[in-house]
Amino acid sequence: MEDVQYKMMLCDGVSCIHNQSKELQSAIESELDKSGIRDAVSIHLSGCLGMCNKGPILIVNPGYTIYGGVGSEDVPEIVQSHLVEGKPVARLVIEEDHLYNRFFRIFGDVDFFGKQMRITLRNCGVIDPENIDDYLSVRGYEALAKVLCDMTPEQVVAEVKKSGLRGRGGAGFPTGLKWGFTAAQKADEKYVICNADEGDPGAFMDRSAIEGDPHTVIEGIIIGGYAVGATKGIVYIRAEYPLAIKRLEKAIEDAREHGFLGKDILGTDFSFDVEIRLGAGAFVCGEETALIHSIEGARGMPRPRPPYPSVSGLFGKPTLINNVETWANIPVIILDGGEWLSSIGTETSKGTKVFALAGKVHNTGLVEVPMGTTLREIVYDIGGGIPNGKKFKAVQTGGPSGGCLPEEYLDTQIDYESLAKAGSIMGSGGMIVIDEESCMVSLARFFIEFTQDESCGKCTPCREGTKRMLEILTRIVEGKGKAGDIEKLERLGSMIKKSSLCGLGQSAPNPVLSTIKNFREEYEEHIEQKKCRAGQCVALLSYVVNDECVGCGACKRICPTGAIEGTRKEKHLILDEKCIRCGQCYDVCKFEAINKV
Amino acid sequence: MTQIVNEDKKNELYAFMDEVSQERRSNSYLIAVLHKVQQLYGYLPQEVMDQVAEKMEIPTSHIWGVATFYHYFNLKPIGKNIVSVCMGTACYVKGADKMLLTLKKELGIEIGETTEDKLFTLQEARCLGACGIAPVMMINGKIYGELDSKKTVDIINQYRKAAQTDIE
Repeated sequence: MEDVQYKMMLCDGVSCIHNQSKELQSAIESELDKSGIRDAVSIHLSGCLGMCNKGPILIVNPGYTIYGGVGSEDVPEIVQSHLVEGKPVARLVIEEDHLYNRFFRIFGDVDFFGKQMRITLRNCGVIDPENIDDYLSVRGYEALAKVLCDMTPEQVVAEVKKSGLRGRGGAGFPTGLKWGFTAAQKADEKYVICNADEGDPGAFMDRSAIEGDPHTVIEGIIIGGYAVGATKGIVYIRAEYPLAIKRLEKAIEDAREHGFLGKDILGTDFSFDVEIRLGAGAFVCGEETALIHSIEGARGMPRPRPPYPSVSGLFGKPTLINNVETWANIPVIILDGGEWLSSIGTETSKGTKVFALAGKVHNTGLVEVPMGTTLREIVYDIGGGIPNGKKFKAVQTGGPSGGCLPEEYLDTQIDYESLAKAGSIMGSGGMIVIDEESCMVSLARFFIEFTQDESCGKCTPCREGTKRMLEILTRIVEGKGKAGDIEKLERLGSMIKKSSLCGLGQSAPNPVLSTIKNFREEYEEHIEQKKCRAGQCVALLSYVVNDECVGCGACKRICPTGAIEGTRKEKHLILDEKCIRCGQCYDVCKFEAINKV
Repeated sequence: MTQIVNEDKKNELYAFMDEVSQERRSNSYLIAVLHKVQQLYGYLPQEVMDQVAEKMEIPTSHIWGVATFYHYFNLKPIGKNIVSVCMGTACYVKGADKMLLTLKKELGIEIGETTEDKLFTLQEARCLGACGIAPVMMINGKIYGELDSKKTVDIINQYRKAAQTDIE
C-alpha cells in the first residue's frame, strides 16, 4: 500500500447511486488500468456527503479536490490531467466561497459548507466507513481509550453535563442529566440504547450519519455504557435502511476484533457489547417507552412516565436512551472537552445541529450548523434559495410534530427555545422548504394523515382526535368546509396536545395549529370562497385551455382519461366532467395555454 | 419442486429460531424472527406464523398482534416487483401525490394491492431518505428519482418488457 499516491472517495449515498456513482467507479477503474497507474490510486466508497443535487461527487486526496456531477465521459480527463499530470480539472471542481471547518480542511472551498460546522458529520465523506483503520487515523477510539484509562464514570458524566449537550432526537432534554440519572441507579444490569428509528418522513440525518461514519456512533455508545455502568448496548434501527445496517454490522464486528468491544476492553476490566435490533416501520417507536416495548418483542406502544427508562427501562432495568446524533457528539466532547462544545451555540442550546434540507430549495442535502444560525442563512446561504423564480412561503421543521414558519420568522435563530417560541420545534432535523405552489391546508392534512395512521391507538385523544381533525381537513380541501371548522380544529388540537399519553399525540396537532396561526387566510379562502391559491387542491380547481393554444395536441396525447378534444392546429377543449385533475396537460404544454382556475 | 424449496425455507427458519432460543430473553427476538419469515417467504403466511408460535411458545394471538402493528410486514403475498412510492414530506411537496395517482391508474390497483398478473405490488413508503432527489420511488430496492408522470410510466413499461423477455 506504500505506493498509493492518490486516494479517491466516491460518494455512495442513495442520491449519488441514482446519479450513477457505480458506473463511475467502474469507469475510473478501467481508465486507471489503461493508464497503468492502478496501483498508485486507491478508490473508496464514502457515505453521503450531503451535496445530493450535485452528484455524483468524487473527492481526490491529497489536495482535497471535490468534483461534482462527474460523468463517465469525464473520467479520462480526470485521470490524465489530475492523477498523471497533477493538474485538477478546473471545470468539474465545485468551488465557491470559503469554508469553515475545524476538523478537516478536506471539504475545500465550497460555498455549501461555508456556514456549516461539521462536528458529528466530521468524518462523513472523509473516511471509508467500512474501514476501521480509516477511522483510527482520524483519532478514532481515542476518546474511548482516554475514558477507560484516565477518567472515572463520574468524570465522564460531569464532562457531558459541562458540554450543555441536549437530546438531538427533538425534545432537547439535557443529555448529562439523563446520564446522571441512569448512573445513579443501583442494578445488577443496565442498558444503553441508540435510537436510530428515524421516522420523520422527510429526514435522513441518522441514516447518513451511520452510513458515513458508523464507528463514531459506536464509540459514543461504549463511552455511555462505561459512564452509566451498563454492559450491553442496543442500536434500534429502521429495517428500511439496509446499507446503514450493513455498515453498522461491519463496524461492530471490526470493533470487536480490535478489542474495542467485548470482554475486558483495551485490557481494562470493563466489558461491553453492542447488538442491532431492527424496527419494522412504526413512527411511534421513536418514543422511548414504545421503542423499549418493540425491542422486547411486543407491539410498540408507549406507556405513561414516570417511571422513566433511566429507572425502569428495557426488561425493567435502568436504561439510557439517546439518539444517533447525540451519541455522535460524545467522542468529540471527550476529546476536545465539554467546555469547547459549550462555547459553540446560544445561551440555552450548545453545539451544532444536523438538518436534512429538502423541498423547494436549490441545494438539497445534509447540513450541520452551529446553534444560533438563522433559518434564513440555511435556506438562502446554504440552500441557495428557491428554484424557478418562485416565492418563498414557509419552512417546516420538526416533521409531523413541528410547525410551518412563514417569511417573518426567517431570522429566527436555531435553538430549542427560539423555535418553540416561534411556534415550531427543533425536532430531529427535518427541514422542508415550501414555496407558493404548495397549499398549507393540504400540507397540514398530509401531516395529520400521517400521524393518524401512525397513532398506536392506545389513548383516546390521539386515536379519535386526530381522526376527527383529519375528517375536517379532508372536507376543507374537498371544498366542503363549513363555517366554524377552523375554530373546531383549534379546540380539538389544543385538547389533543394537553391530554395525549405520549409525544406523538402531544405534538400531532402542531402542523395544523401552526398553519392556522400563520396562514389563517388560506383556510378561510378554502372554506368561504372554495378557492386554493396554490392551485393544489384538485377539487377546487379546473383546467381550462386559453387562446395561446396552437393545437399541437401534446395535451391530448398525454391525457390519461381522454378528457381533451380538438382537431390539429385548432384550439383544444378540456371536458371538465372527464378530467381527473392530474395536471399532466398543464405540465406538458409548451405554450402556457392551459390555466388552473 | 416447490415442496423442496419450501422445505429449505422451513429448515432455514427453524435454524434461525434455534439460534435465537440460545439467547437470554429469547422471546424478545420475535420481531427478528418475523423479519426472517418475510425475507424467506416475501410475506407472513398464516401456517408459518403457527409454526413460529409453536416453536417459540408464544400465543398466535400475540404474534399476530405484533405482525399487524408494524407497517413493514406484508400479510398478503406480493408480486414480482415491489413498487414503493415515497410519501415523505419532501416528495409530497414535489408532487408525489400526482405520481402515485399515475401509478394507480397505470397498474389499475390501489396501495397494498397486487396486479392480477402478479407482476407489481404497489406500496406507500414513509420516507426512503432520498429527499434530495424528490419525488422518488423504489422498485425492488432500486431508487428512481426526480420523477414525473411520464418517467414513471416509462419505468413501469421497462419492467413489463423485462418480464416479457423472461417469459420468451
